[in-house]
Amino acid sequence: MREVAVIGVGLTKFGELWDKSFRQLIAEAGSKAILDSGIEGKDIDAMYIGSMSSGRFVGQEHIGALVADASGFSHLHIPATRVEGACASGGLAVREGFLSIASGMNDIVVVGGIEKMNDVAGATATETLAMAADQEWEAFFGATFPGLYAMIAMKHMHDYGTTREQLAQVAVKNHKNGALNPYAQYQHEITVEQVLKAAPVAYPLGLFDCSPVTDGAASIVLCALDKAKKYTDKPVKIIASGQASDTLALHTRRDICTLDATVYAAKMAYKQANIAVKDIDLAEVHDCFTIAEICAIEDLGFVKKGEGGKAVENKITTLDGSLPVNTSGGLKSKGHPVGATGVAQIVEITQQLKGEAGKRQVKDAKIGLTHNVGGSGATCVIHILEAD
Amino acid sequence: MKSNVARFWRQIPQRYNLLGNKCGSCERVFFPPREACPYCRRKSIGKMHDLKLNGKGEVVTYSIIHVGPEDFEEQIPYPIAIIKLDEGPHLTAQIVDCDINDVKIGMRVESTFRRIQEDDYVGAIYYGYKFKPVR
Repeated sequence: MREVAVIGVGLTKFGELWDKSFRQLIAEAGSKAILDSGIEGKDIDAMYIGSMSSGRFVGQEHIGALVADASGFSHLHIPATRVEGACASGGLAVREGFLSIASGMNDIVVVGGIEKMNDVAGATATETLAMAADQEWEAFFGATFPGLYAMIAMKHMHDYGTTREQLAQVAVKNHKNGALNPYAQYQHEITVEQVLKAAPVAYPLGLFDCSPVTDGAASIVLCALDKAKKYTDKPVKIIASGQASDTLALHTRRDICTLDATVYAAKMAYKQANIAVKDIDLAEVHDCFTIAEICAIEDLGFVKKGEGGKAVENKITTLDGSLPVNTSGGLKSKGHPVGATGVAQIVEITQQLKGEAGKRQVKDAKIGLTHNVGGSGATCVIHILEAD
Repeated sequence: MKSNVARFWRQIPQRYNLLGNKCGSCERVFFPPREACPYCRRKSIGKMHDLKLNGKGEVVTYSIIHVGPEDFEEQIPYPIAIIKLDEGPHLTAQIVDCDINDVKIGMRVESTFRRIQEDDYVGAIYYGYKFKPVR
């Protein structure tokens, strides 16, 4: 297998972007990444685009070719493929790009992730997101997507004594980080009291436990490491790519509080990278709901099962903690344009490892991890990056 | 998004009568029924036998839904739960016929046949299971 590096990154602002279309967003993120990398259109061997539900959100499928076209590459006839795995679509697109270079098939690949979620009414957005759950056996009976994570939270609180305040502290921490990120949807801090008093969505989760509905796009340029030096002095290596699946319905899982897809993808990734958990300097994890970050740090092996809430309370995961998590603001504060999220996580870790994360910079960051989940945990994709 | 009615009537045995199935090789019980047992796989082919579940079980975890899909808006707030049936399988369903504050993890419940959704007031009405406390 050939080594693969990130040589360019690009992000749009995340938020309610009423004046920007689906095409404008992905073209903006893509051109930023391409300019950052120094490659030209003719150098691109393939494109992979992650999007969960462009069909429902903007009524447009067939977006692989559309994105190549919108980016101005139609005359180059670049192979362009859309990748879907619900909220993990972006991370899966990164993995497809990585694999295509590692295999020797391609040298340079542009990966994009996008979701334009505000062109439909809020109820339609909620209904569309619920399609990541089991439509026939969960959603049909009245389960909502926040409801599934709320049931994980209830069980976690029941089994491990995790508190409502500990859940709230995840949101507070991520908003604190997001306040330092000029691309974040919410660039302001919040308090535990505000989270606890927010309107209920699915008990015990309230509005401030949930990631928002967001428009946004992210892009990266991947290159075979042996060719990367031609374009950059600071390539960031992808030293592992792990992926795993599990049952679509939450109720069929081995354990309600454990995302086995995360456990297995992490095992695969740590083995590939030949590292231990203690070698990781920072991580971007999939905090679609506050409970999801607590489960993530447990299932990734950062802390023991059941101790995630305590770890948050003890500030292990804050920007100046021993293992900073979601320095970008995470899905909660940076925003969660579903298909873009997995790619945006790579953007954050790349900037951190290059020392270009501004006020969010983690000192001496050498190895970073991204963790992207689809649905309530049926898909997980993990990447580990290292400064070259 | 409305679907053809066939999408719903083909699930009637499961949703009306809690019809699952049992692997003749390892005796595990599944709901909804599976084409093959995920544990025995090829050994289970032709040995998956229908089994009507008795509809009794206990609440594994639950939530109270305050922001619901359009079809459920009139019922808000309502409890939704993961239930472990006595025969083994888990499923997701609403808890009814009790105060929402009385729903608890570990509570004994039994299935009850109810209206779940409908396609407006001239469309199909979809029925299925909800669960109520065992009294």
